[in-house]
Amino acid sequence: MAPAPSSDPIIRMRGVGKRYGTFEALRSVDLEVAAGEVVVLLGPSGSGKSTLIRCINHLEEYDSGDVFVGGVRVERGRNLLKVRQQTGMVFQAFNLFPNLSVLDNVALGPVRVKKLAWEDSRRRAQALLDRVGIGAQAAKFPTQLSGGQQQRVGIARALAMEPRILLFDEPTSALDPEMVGEVLDVIKGLAHSGVTLVLVTHEMGFARQVADRIVFMEEGEIREVSTPDVFFTSTRNERARAFLDAVLNH
Amino acid sequence: MNLVNTFFNVDVLWRSLPQLLQGLWRTVLLGGLSIVLGLVGGLALALVRLYAPRALRWIAIAYIDVFRALPVLVWLVIVYYAFPFIGIRLSPFASACLALTTVSSAYTAEIYRAGIEAIPRGQFEAAQSIGLNAFDVMRDVVLPQAVRIVIPPLTNNSINVMKDTALASVVALPDLLKQATQAQALAANPTPLIGAALLYLILLLPLVRLVARFEKRYSAREAR
Repeated sequence: MAPAPSSDPIIRMRGVGKRYGTFEALRSVDLEVAAGEVVVLLGPSGSGKSTLIRCINHLEEYDSGDVFVGGVRVERGRNLLKVRQQTGMVFQAFNLFPNLSVLDNVALGPVRVKKLAWEDSRRRAQALLDRVGIGAQAAKFPTQLSGGQQQRVGIARALAMEPRILLFDEPTSALDPEMVGEVLDVIKGLAHSGVTLVLVTHEMGFARQVADRIVFMEEGEIREVSTPDVFFTSTRNERARAFLDAVLNH
Repeated sequence: MNLVNTFFNVDVLWRSLPQLLQGLWRTVLLGGLSIVLGLVGGLALALVRLYAPRALRWIAIAYIDVFRALPVLVWLVIVYYAFPFIGIRLSPFASACLALTTVSSAYTAEIYRAGIEAIPRGQFEAAQSIGLNAFDVMRDVVLPQAVRIVIPPLTNNSINVMKDTALASVVALPDLLKQATQAQALAANPTPLIGAALLYLILLLPLVRLVARFEKRYSAREAR
């Protein structure tokens, strides 16, 4: 049995729809995520996983329904900055700021948003970089790092805002295979540490190991929500089984 | 008739040099001020053009189009000779500065816009995702990257503004060209005009070289 989300979910999506022209990326999606939970979104490409995760911090504007983060409706306007301050995001393409040093990539957010002094923010940024294992690279610029190192900076940058929710949009898909492990290790270290994780990934072993719940999507709809054990061994959902066959037996 | 004595008369040049240098100073002042104001105005225009509410955006587009189409000389003559009829009386320097700045802003606005639009969407999204407001996204992330891209075209535009300052002689501003034509009349010898041309070259050739270096470096980076 999947653990029931607690009565006061930190993320609540109700009837969320999103279309691009005639293409329906999301069709009336309902999802609740409890604080501290680790939720992994799986599904074929184009199934709406990334769109869903990007609606949570309003990088994508949904057309219908509601998204609440910490009880605040996610929408254009004053509240949006508050929502974004408690939701960090890690991108497939890293999206580090090439004009800033690695240290300042991490330190910038707290300086501008939490009005920390640069000196204090850099000290905390250094500690975060140490924590993800790249403290020695702090003075370099992003382009001087390997992909795996860049993504760990991306995680440190998100953590610097001390978010309650971390969103990962295919964090290892742009990495060379030998660098995937170092990034997944960092994410594993964050799971069940209090912060809520919502991940889109194609790393099935990782998903099975770290997720509290698997959300399977197809054609813009959530088709199944279950525990990893149920999902990977005994799902009754035909589409989910077809998906698993395709990704696991190649 | 001796060509050298006519066009490169050292004696005439030497006597007109103080006057030419005075004109050069005024040209540099006018050009420098117009360039700086044009850079600031252009950035503001570009941001309005990209991000303001629709009505303001249209006004910015109209402004940019009109001042890119209008010849600077025509606009300058209007400012200096036509504005007094509606009670706006500007000195030759102010007229020239206004005309050059308004036109330069239109060009730099388009340059900045191209630079901002060249920044990948992921940069905006990453900056927004850590909670930065629109101002900080621009200041800390987008503009530092965009400005680096547009330095060569901005330098090019600055050269054009500096050259267009010569138009100010039409409204009797004693700039380099005006001083040279006056000295020529006085000496009944065209050498001061050649002197003025040389001073323009001394002023602008280094900038032209600089742009060429920028472009070479840029295309080398592209090729990589």
